[in-house]
Amino acid sequence: MPTAQAPPAARAPKPHQRIDRVAIRFAGDSGDGMQLTGTKFTESTALAGNDLSTLPDFPAEIRAPAGTLAGVSGFQIHFSSTDVRTPADQPDVLVAMNPAALKANLGDVRPGGMVIINSDAFSDKSLERAGYQDDPLPDARERFRLVEIPLTRLTFEALADLNLSQREGARSKNFFALGLMYWLYGRPLESTLRWIASRFSGEIAEANRRVLMAGIHFGETSELFPVSFEVPPAKIEPGLYRNITGNTALAWGAVAASVQMERPLFVGAYPITPASDVLHELAKHRHFGIRTFQAEDEIAAAAAAIGAAFAGQLALTVTSGPGFLLKQEALNLAVMTELPIVAVDVQRAGPSTGMPTKTEQADLLMTIHGRSSDSPVPVLAPATPGECFSVMIEAFRIAVKYMTPVVVLSDGYLANSAEPWKIPALETLPRTPVVYHSEREDFSPYRRVPDTLARPWAIPGTPGLEHRIGGIEKQDVSGNVSYLPANHQRMTDLRHEKVERIAAEFPPLEPRGAGSGRLLVVGWGGTHGAIATAVDEARAAGREVAHLHLRQLNPLPRDLGAVLARFERVLVPELNAGQLVRILRDRYLVPAQSYSKVQGQPFHVSELRAAIDRALEA
Amino acid sequence: MAEPVAGAPAALTRKDFESDQEVRWCPGCGDYSVLANIQRVLPEFGIPRENFVFVSGIGCSSRFPYYMNTYGFHTIHGRAPAFATGIKLARPELSVWVVTGDGDGLSIGGNHLLHAIRRNVDLQIMLFNNRIYGLTKGQFSPTSRLGMKNKSIPMGVIDHPVDPIGFALGAGATFVARVIDVDAVGLQEVLRRAYAHRGTAFIEILQNCPVFNDGEWQALEDRRTRADAGLPLEHGKPLVFGAKGRRRGIRIEHGVPHVVELADDADPVAAGVTVHDERVERPAYAFSLASLTPPDFPTPTGVLRAVERPSYDRLLEEQVATARQQRGPGDLRALLHSGDTWTVE
Ligand SMILES: Cc1ncc(C[n+]2csc(CCOP(=O)(O)OP(=O)(O)O)c2C)c(N)n1
Ligand code: SF4
Repeated sequence: MPTAQAPPAARAPKPHQRIDRVAIRFAGDSGDGMQLTGTKFTESTALAGNDLSTLPDFPAEIRAPAGTLAGVSGFQIHFSSTDVRTPADQPDVLVAMNPAALKANLGDVRPGGMVIINSDAFSDKSLERAGYQDDPLPDARERFRLVEIPLTRLTFEALADLNLSQREGARSKNFFALGLMYWLYGRPLESTLRWIASRFSGEIAEANRRVLMAGIHFGETSELFPVSFEVPPAKIEPGLYRNITGNTALAWGAVAASVQMERPLFVGAYPITPASDVLHELAKHRHFGIRTFQAEDEIAAAAAAIGAAFAGQLALTVTSGPGFLLKQEALNLAVMTELPIVAVDVQRAGPSTGMPTKTEQADLLMTIHGRSSDSPVPVLAPATPGECFSVMIEAFRIAVKYMTPVVVLSDGYLANSAEPWKIPALETLPRTPVVYHSEREDFSPYRRVPDTLARPWAIPGTPGLEHRIGGIEKQDVSGNVSYLPANHQRMTDLRHEKVERIAAEFPPLEPRGAGSGRLLVVGWGGTHGAIATAVDEARAAGREVAHLHLRQLNPLPRDLGAVLARFERVLVPELNAGQLVRILRDRYLVPAQSYSKVQGQPFHVSELRAAIDRALEA
Repeated sequence: MAEPVAGAPAALTRKDFESDQEVRWCPGCGDYSVLANIQRVLPEFGIPRENFVFVSGIGCSSRFPYYMNTYGFHTIHGRAPAFATGIKLARPELSVWVVTGDGDGLSIGGNHLLHAIRRNVDLQIMLFNNRIYGLTKGQFSPTSRLGMKNKSIPMGVIDHPVDPIGFALGAGATFVARVIDVDAVGLQEVLRRAYAHRGTAFIEILQNCPVFNDGEWQALEDRRTRADAGLPLEHGKPLVFGAKGRRRGIRIEHGVPHVVELADDADPVAAGVTVHDERVERPAYAFSLASLTPPDFPTPTGVLRAVERPSYDRLLEEQVATARQQRGPGDLRALLHSGDTWTVE
């Protein structure tokens, strides 16, 4: 039995009903604190022992005009007493703080679901600002269980004897919504109360606490809620858990790599959504010897990281698509000079600025093929927020072992969504202390280790190993400048062969569901949860389908061709216009079908279910 | 400047700094002289050869690291200051030198040069200014003079040139010097000073490209004209130039320079000639020196500015040390367990 650290919230004398799972979406103006509300609800839900998955969805504008559709910010959480792999296609409950939030989100809510609104925010003026011609509420009352609560007024009532301005008071109203939802789903309160006490002080802390409690009492006493719900804890693998987002996991994975490899970490970065939080997180940990360097642009960030790698540090550069593009020339130098750095691309939607806060996985071909000339680089992709941690350790290990830059492809969805993560015991993490080359005898900067083809990592300060490297083609072994035709052929082949050899280490592929059969769904990266859920559902409905999720995109696993050949059909769902599917067709000559979605949003399970059925029928 | 290393290394000579690579600049290229003088000066610093790193961008001069028997990194066009920054931040104990050209450093790499200088990273940056793109065979560069005709603008340059010294001062440089490629004595002295400086030492090297822009600095290089064309700077000494019989000085008044005629035996200071002070904190004085350009003025050479400001690498090390003092060394377990956790049994 999971034991929550905090006692459950005060229970109403009302009956409670057991349910298996529920998805709630909090939506409001970007100034309404919806991300915070969602995050606090998530933490509390994790402490209640449920499995969960979240989807924050916020506008790129920092403060779009209040009350408009452009300014709506949302946070969805799906939690359950069984396995949860996606934030859910449709919320069962929508909390809408204003008409714009209602308008932007109502269409997603499960028919018959619960819609809680702040009725104080539904003035004629704000309806108009949200673009409503007619009052949407009569219709909503028919299609949903609409709960209208004068949330602003109740908030002010709870604060009546405090000395707060109108504005300060109004800021607390998201805590009312949070409190109400805590009551409705029996969430533990204590960690939120502790957080309020540590984060705010004086009257503001008191206000937030009171409004939170007012929300709870409202649930207990109001006739609007005849029952509350209970979602029993999930039966998940025993262990110590915490919540983690992909971005935090990427940062901590880099810290762990540095600790386990016993070398300081250098981080070159330039702010860009949705990757900046990785820099922010790493910047907090100077005491680990981490040197974060906010460079003048992404080119300099990559260049400084490569410089640090030349000097012997574990080097990381973190960015999103547009920044990755700028780094490509520097990465090409790392390919030529065979230096170990890890370059993370937290992908976002669209070419150019596109939709910076929305997710996509359309940088695959760019990272594999987007440098000038033939320039092989290993590319890894985590499948879940938690996996972002282990993939970073793996990326650094490969980078150093093979002396190569390594790309890690995360995405905007993994970056911000949270899931419970079993904290790994340190003993289970690979421990591979870095050893630099120091042997003078027979030293040549491009004399390779026979099995990995890695060149020696000989760092400045080592006597007797002085050498020069650069982007000009190298003579095999000596590393001197060479323009000889046959040498260029050989070096090009060696660079390819070195990267291909990494695949010898990959574990055998094991499709989920079946090893052979009618249909194999092949995915990669952050779509794992949605695909796995859809495939499980399809199998439960008797469909002959299996799921293979690739963590290694370059080199591809050696058994991939054989696995693909064991299925009659292959379906490749991707949040791009069809990129992995091209690679698979090209490489294995299989008639793989693409299922593509480019809306800045993750896959819905229902879409994938339908795509699977279509692929089986066709 | 690099930290002195405990235990005096065996005395090194110029030969120790020559690599086994054949030097491949055109005959008569100004780069040869700079290479030779660097190789002569480095042994004086008393640090082991393996603690030097030469980092360059792309261009003729950027081939420099291949010829130095030290650690070397020939990087990509314009970005050498960023690579060098990474090296220095990773390993502050190394002596890191940047070699760049006027195109490399001020065109494609202007941004990185600006930021390395303003951060005051402890680097020696040598910008070889031949006022032309050498490696790509003779297009104009951002320092080419207005009206100069060449391959990529046969009717003459119409973009206003950037002055490397003014650029460096504008970026907040703590050490700024200018030297002439063939002036061995001046070059060596500036290299020594640059090495001793803690922070970015920016050196403009006036370099002749006999193939694509021959004679650009001739007035300063030629024995017959250099006394009149140049103004050698010396801290604490008046700004005096000119051959015997044409002795003159520079008076800087409210930031505006004037030429003062001097009799051969006149006391320049009494005549109102400005005394060179490289340590003036405010950059206005150094800007006045930078504004001395032909044909109305001689070209100042030597150290224009040398002031103290903490270097970026040192400040970063201090942050790491402070963080460790306050929080102890990093503890991975504590990090992973920070915040809310719960146990599933
Ligand atoms: C990204 C990129 N663009 C262009 C070039 C071509 N290129 C090489 S060197 C150079 C100009 C070098 O001029 P300068 O810095 O003045 O050096 P010099 O050759 O005169 O010493 C150019 C444009 C390149 N190597 N890389
Ligand atoms: S082209 Fe000019 S700068 Fe380049 S090596 Fe020849 S002489 Fe020197």
